[in-house]
Amino acid sequence: MAHNPKKELIRQKRRVRGGVRVPHYKNTADCATVELPVPGQVTIAMQQHIGRPCIPCVKKGDRVLVGDRVGDCTDGMCVPVHTGVSGQVTGITELLLPNGQSCQAVQIEADGQQTVSDAVCPPVVENREMFLQAVKDAGLVGLGGAGFPAYIKLNPGKPVDTLVVNAAECEPYITCDNREILENAQDIMRGVYAIRRYTDVQQVIFVVESNKPAAIRTLCDIAADSADTDNSVRVMRVASRYPRGAEKLTIYAATGRKVPPGGLPADVGCIVMNVTSVGTLGRYLQTGMPLVAKRLTVDGSAVQCPMNVRVPIGTAIKDVIAFAGGYAQEPGKLLMGGPMMGIALPDDTLPVLKQNNAILALNKQDAESPAFSACIRCGRCIKACPMGLQPVTVETDLRAENIGRLQKDGVQSCMECGCCAYVCPARRPLVQSMRLAKQALRR
Amino acid sequence: MHQLIVSAGPHLHVADSTRGIMLDVILALLPAGAAAVALFGWRSLLVMAVCVAAAVLSEYISRKIMRRDTTIGDLSAVVTGLLLAYNLPVTIPLWMAALGSAISIIVVKQLFGGLGQNFVNPALIGRIVLMMSFTAAMSQWTLPLAQQTVDAVTSATPLAIAKAGDSAQMPELMELFLGRHAGSLGETCALALLLGGVYLCIRRVITPLVPVVFVCTTGLLTFLAGYNPLEQILSGGLLLGAIFMATDYATTPINWKGKLIFAVGCGAITAFIRIFSSLPEGVSFSIIIMNIVTPHIDRLTIGKPFGSRKPERQAQ
Repeated sequence: MAHNPKKELIRQKRRVRGGVRVPHYKNTADCATVELPVPGQVTIAMQQHIGRPCIPCVKKGDRVLVGDRVGDCTDGMCVPVHTGVSGQVTGITELLLPNGQSCQAVQIEADGQQTVSDAVCPPVVENREMFLQAVKDAGLVGLGGAGFPAYIKLNPGKPVDTLVVNAAECEPYITCDNREILENAQDIMRGVYAIRRYTDVQQVIFVVESNKPAAIRTLCDIAADSADTDNSVRVMRVASRYPRGAEKLTIYAATGRKVPPGGLPADVGCIVMNVTSVGTLGRYLQTGMPLVAKRLTVDGSAVQCPMNVRVPIGTAIKDVIAFAGGYAQEPGKLLMGGPMMGIALPDDTLPVLKQNNAILALNKQDAESPAFSACIRCGRCIKACPMGLQPVTVETDLRAENIGRLQKDGVQSCMECGCCAYVCPARRPLVQSMRLAKQALRR
Repeated sequence: MHQLIVSAGPHLHVADSTRGIMLDVILALLPAGAAAVALFGWRSLLVMAVCVAAAVLSEYISRKIMRRDTTIGDLSAVVTGLLLAYNLPVTIPLWMAALGSAISIIVVKQLFGGLGQNFVNPALIGRIVLMMSFTAAMSQWTLPLAQQTVDAVTSATPLAIAKAGDSAQMPELMELFLGRHAGSLGETCALALLLGGVYLCIRRVITPLVPVVFVCTTGLLTFLAGYNPLEQILSGGLLLGAIFMATDYATTPINWKGKLIFAVGCGAITAFIRIFSSLPEGVSFSIIIMNIVTPHIDRLTIGKPFGSRKPERQAQ
């Protein structure tokens, strides 16, 4: 029997230029999330968001319970961090994050009891200020990968009318947003209604890529079943094409509004949140349990059993891989995130961060960086660039150290999605050129 | 401890390569080569072989002398050699063919930095140099074998016939389409060239934009000047140039706006040369001229980033 969605889908009307067709590799789309057994030790980084790092508020020897705050906010843009295990603090160390920043980290030896802290109770939210405070107390950051503090996102200081819930999940391999929708749709809706109630948001649009039919069906059903009387919550199916989940492109697909170069979603009246962020918010409002664990997709050619697994934040990556059966082959590359924008890690002892959504281990063969050759000016990078830039021109101007031209090339609009380098038949490292060009402009 | 590679993204890559693209172009050129052998006999194969061999050898030796990596593996020299051969008459002395290839590769391509750096089409410059140096040998237009008679081995090309206004001599359109008329090796058989063009479009090596606009512009302008546009399109090197040379990556504009300007320019210059100058054919010169202005077209047609608005641009 054909499924008859109760909620009508919105079809994508506008086609964004550029993007590339990447292989999906959504091997784990049907793998229900499993819980990682409590790891022996966690290392909780104090910098898991964009902004200023937290200050550890525990010291060596302290006993902590699940949900306890271990990193407190300083002034400015900052989000507190909590522990997902109960146990004893064994020390405060210095940690080099994958992006090259270094920060303090709290090491906790887990006792395996997972005793929940008394501090964990559903927050009382009556007005906008209390809501924003709750979002901050939840330790919520943008879980799509950027880690932008959610409480600032929800309070942009500009009039907004639309919440775009980003469930595009356009990176290959990653299926954790898909699982969030299938497993926690009620939490997502609770988050959506809270946001609609305490901000100026009037319409909510879920953007999902067409390669997740089950997620689309679930969202349609749940949106129809819930208290959405004025049909302000809608679901949009977009063609699967990387990088459809990029913020500006998602807004354009959902609303037709174009965020200007250097602008933020609020400039066009939008808030964009990852679907897992919204779900986490909904869960926090219900249970009071802050963001202490994260669902990860563990996959890649060097992993024994690809899976979706929920792990306490701070778990060492090697523990997660070991749970997934360990390495099937000698790993050549370890990625935090997807294969297009993920960061290659120097070793597997690094801890999981809030904004992580995947760990990919590629075998030696997949890990090999292709040798590059001369640019043949085929222009494929231009066709692929979703931001309308000309990576080949940027590369030429960079080599000529022509700063004036680099400025005109619009380098600052580059989001380093990697489409240009992905399609380049000469395998030129165009993303690096873009980064170097941005650096050259900053000087 | 595992040995992990740390590199910037993306960590995935398409399978296409420069060599693959060149191989596609070579495949697309094969029908025209087969047609040349069928029309002009086995010597055309010899000319192609000499041109390709000379091109590859020149590339190999010049790279060695300049102490650079060997690049013959990317097959671009094969493409240049083939294209030059298609622009030569079947009777060309083989040493001239080899010389043309050497000039194309060494002077036009390698001296300017190799693949992707040449600013004009190497094969076309090779052809023009030969044309200027050995005009007699280069304008000996043999008829296809099937059409040769005891007292007519060579003939004027259809374009020269059209220029002379001698409509009685003009081959039928079908003959033009199948290539059964005098001309360069690879330029006569429109059918074979179109097959190659369709293949390149299907393989997404080129888009139809430049060939279609180029051909239509020439057809339209010659029609306005009183010529039969179909005869003009099917004769001379228009299809060979439009499909295989005006779409060369290195020497033509890089985005579609630039390509459009380029194609219109090529078409117009070709038509003007055919209509007004004393030369019967102008495809080579039109493409060369537009090659030279390509960097300027590229600069003028650079796109605006996503979300740019007009008033903001002016404010900056």
